[in-house]
Amino acid sequence: MPDGNAPMSSSDVVITGIGLVSALGEGVETHRAAFSAPPGRPPLEEAAYAPYTVHPLPAIDWNLQIAKRGDQRQMETWQRLGTYTAGLALDDAGIKADEALCASMDMVVAAGGGERDEAVDLSILAASDGRDDIGVLVNEKLTTELRPTLFLAQLSNLLAGNISIVHKVTGSSRTFMGEEGAGVAAIETAAARIRSGQSTHVLVGGAFQTEHNDMLLGYELGSHLHRGRWKPVWQRQGMEGGGVVTGSGGAFLVLESREHAEKRGARAYARLGAVASDRLRRQGDYAAGLKALAGRAGSTKLAVSGASGAHAATGAEKKALDGLGCAIRAFSTLTGHLKEAQFPFAVALAALAVQDGKAFPPLDPGAEQALDGEVRAVLATAVGYHRSEGMALVERA
Amino acid sequence: MAGMADHLGRPLVAVTGIGIVTSLGAGKAENWTALTSGRSGIRTISRFPIEHLNTRISGMVDFLPSSSRGATALTREMAETAALEAIGQSGHSESEFGGPLFLAAPPVELDWSSRIALQRAKAEGEGMGRLLAAARALNALDMFDTSQFGFIADRLADRFGTRGLPITLSTACASGATAIQLGVEAIRRGECDRALAIGADGSATAEALIRFSLLSALSTQNDAPEKASKPFSRDRDGFVLAEGAAALVLESLESATARGATVLAVLRGCGEHADDFHRTRTKPDGSPAIAAVRAALADAGLGEDGIDYVNAHGTSTPENDRMEHLALSTVFGERMKSIPISSNKSMIGHTLSAAGAVEAAFSVLTMRESVLPPTINHDNPDPAILLDVVPNAKRSADVRAVLSNSFGFGGQNTCLVLAREPV
Repeated sequence: MPDGNAPMSSSDVVITGIGLVSALGEGVETHRAAFSAPPGRPPLEEAAYAPYTVHPLPAIDWNLQIAKRGDQRQMETWQRLGTYTAGLALDDAGIKADEALCASMDMVVAAGGGERDEAVDLSILAASDGRDDIGVLVNEKLTTELRPTLFLAQLSNLLAGNISIVHKVTGSSRTFMGEEGAGVAAIETAAARIRSGQSTHVLVGGAFQTEHNDMLLGYELGSHLHRGRWKPVWQRQGMEGGGVVTGSGGAFLVLESREHAEKRGARAYARLGAVASDRLRRQGDYAAGLKALAGRAGSTKLAVSGASGAHAATGAEKKALDGLGCAIRAFSTLTGHLKEAQFPFAVALAALAVQDGKAFPPLDPGAEQALDGEVRAVLATAVGYHRSEGMALVERA
Repeated sequence: MAGMADHLGRPLVAVTGIGIVTSLGAGKAENWTALTSGRSGIRTISRFPIEHLNTRISGMVDFLPSSSRGATALTREMAETAALEAIGQSGHSESEFGGPLFLAAPPVELDWSSRIALQRAKAEGEGMGRLLAAARALNALDMFDTSQFGFIADRLADRFGTRGLPITLSTACASGATAIQLGVEAIRRGECDRALAIGADGSATAEALIRFSLLSALSTQNDAPEKASKPFSRDRDGFVLAEGAAALVLESLESATARGATVLAVLRGCGEHADDFHRTRTKPDGSPAIAAVRAALADAGLGEDGIDYVNAHGTSTPENDRMEHLALSTVFGERMKSIPISSNKSMIGHTLSAAGAVEAAFSVLTMRESVLPPTINHDNPDPAILLDVVPNAKRSADVRAVLSNSFGFGGQNTCLVLAREPV
């Protein structure tokens, strides 16, 4: 059902709340403004992790969404960022202050984790030179130097745990892991639950805090990071490194059945149509596989792409979407790659474009086509830098 | 088809295959024999040095080729071993399973042997920059794999020909139950007629042990390892970290019946409720666990009198066992004193991400064999916990339905109801 002409149904999945944080700032309107008048050069941190560039976290007043200092202290930055972004989405949906709606709300979080204590790790590595008894050294250092509460403050499912504690979302709580695919599966599962009547309203999303060397290591062990001067997503082919520039940020959505949203008088940004996911073989004609996946979600004139810049994956995605005659907006040019949050972020931006009824201007005018005229449906994509693919059609509410 | 739908008109979900790996051995036969004999799999740790550690015991899986090759490799091998057994029993194809995969697995970070290898690669730079430079130079894809949370499920999907994008999940110590729940829900939605649910955890590393130790969660009764896990006892002092895996082939009863498969059990209900009280402690009134148990009963369409046996979460921590008793006695009232309840963890320890799946698999065997596995080490009962814990020796019993509890850090509470017969 292309271009947003599908009939309405009470079990439609509508997007009624969006929480966004990226280097561009926080909130729906900040992002709408930034993507409507894209800066030539987004906020970047080029020195701290050289030779890598990252899109850093913006200034955030954590108190605005996490009232208790004690709660803030129990989280490392990633959990705090996710909890904060989830709060933005709940606020935006008009649910945050409604205890009953939070208590009956389901939650699917796409999580990473692993914000280790770098100082402790480095002290072990420094002491390891010339020693054979590494196991003993690790025991000695970790038992004496590790902060007891750090484990929970960086543990994957504790982002959801903290959202329960801080925002009182307690209907159900599932945490999916696995890079971009976790975000894809989270949204796909949340939507399937609503369509089937298993849920009425779901909080779904993720966050990624890249300003930690272990987070960069997770990409660079597979030679995925772009090195040297920053370039937009489409201009990294053939340059030094693997093409991915990461960013700190998060995206959470409130998804609801149309019936539930209408009953409480909530406004809907957009309707979430078909969500298609897969783990495609990347040998052979990968672009053809991606094209078929887009066909499963539904074809349209505009794609909000989560392309990471990873040479092979991003090249294939461009070929597939060009082949479909789709204008593309690769948002990572402005935000960096947000890993688990990549697909939720794509869906959120697609919803804003659908709500506006028009495409954002090209973020990289040399590579992205202008698109005039009314936009009624947008394809949101996340093609993993290494594995997993997801696409969804976001349509007029 | 008549009799193929549950009380809410949803497809009934059968279990048609199970596979188990724990410290007691590989395979359900070996595990069941040991479990019903009251044998403990808890030992003094031999895999890594135990100097400086407060807890020096664990229920490790030390008999597989991957046992010394790191958490990712071992988790993967145990998951594969259990899945192979389960699929084999179900009669489905081992290479073209054809349903989705739900994997409960531990969030594993790059391990110390990799970090040391990067440090010793003599790359340029200082501190973490040196490791990143080494990563660029080495192009060590095997190390990369261990840093990607989606890796194990991806390989399992290749191995067994599961359908679509697999889901890797973590709900802490409830993960295994959540994997089953996701499979049940997918079948009920009509998305598939079968699903593979696996819980696997091979992450009993020194660092994991230290992290749990620093939270005071582990037993420190190192001198008699097999005695350390003593759920519901007065002198219980923490759980014993352990490894293991279990796989369940879930299938619509209609599909199982149509192909003439043996129905081992029916997954009647799943219930869940998150706790917003604290990161490691449960709400003092036990309301989230109570809500999860009640939700599972309601989902199963059973009243409080429908449960014949409880497979306890029973971790042997002071907090869990007290709260579990509170929750159960609130839901079942006076009758809870006479509903047998036992903790598999008294013998296999706490297999963390795998526990919910391992214990669901044991619950299936409990019903099929009409034997209740014991709670061992029950020499000093907690006088505040009035439960029939099947102390120290197995017992014959006719069990039509089991409640299996899983409670985890981060306010995760998930309960499953399994039944022997479809109705």
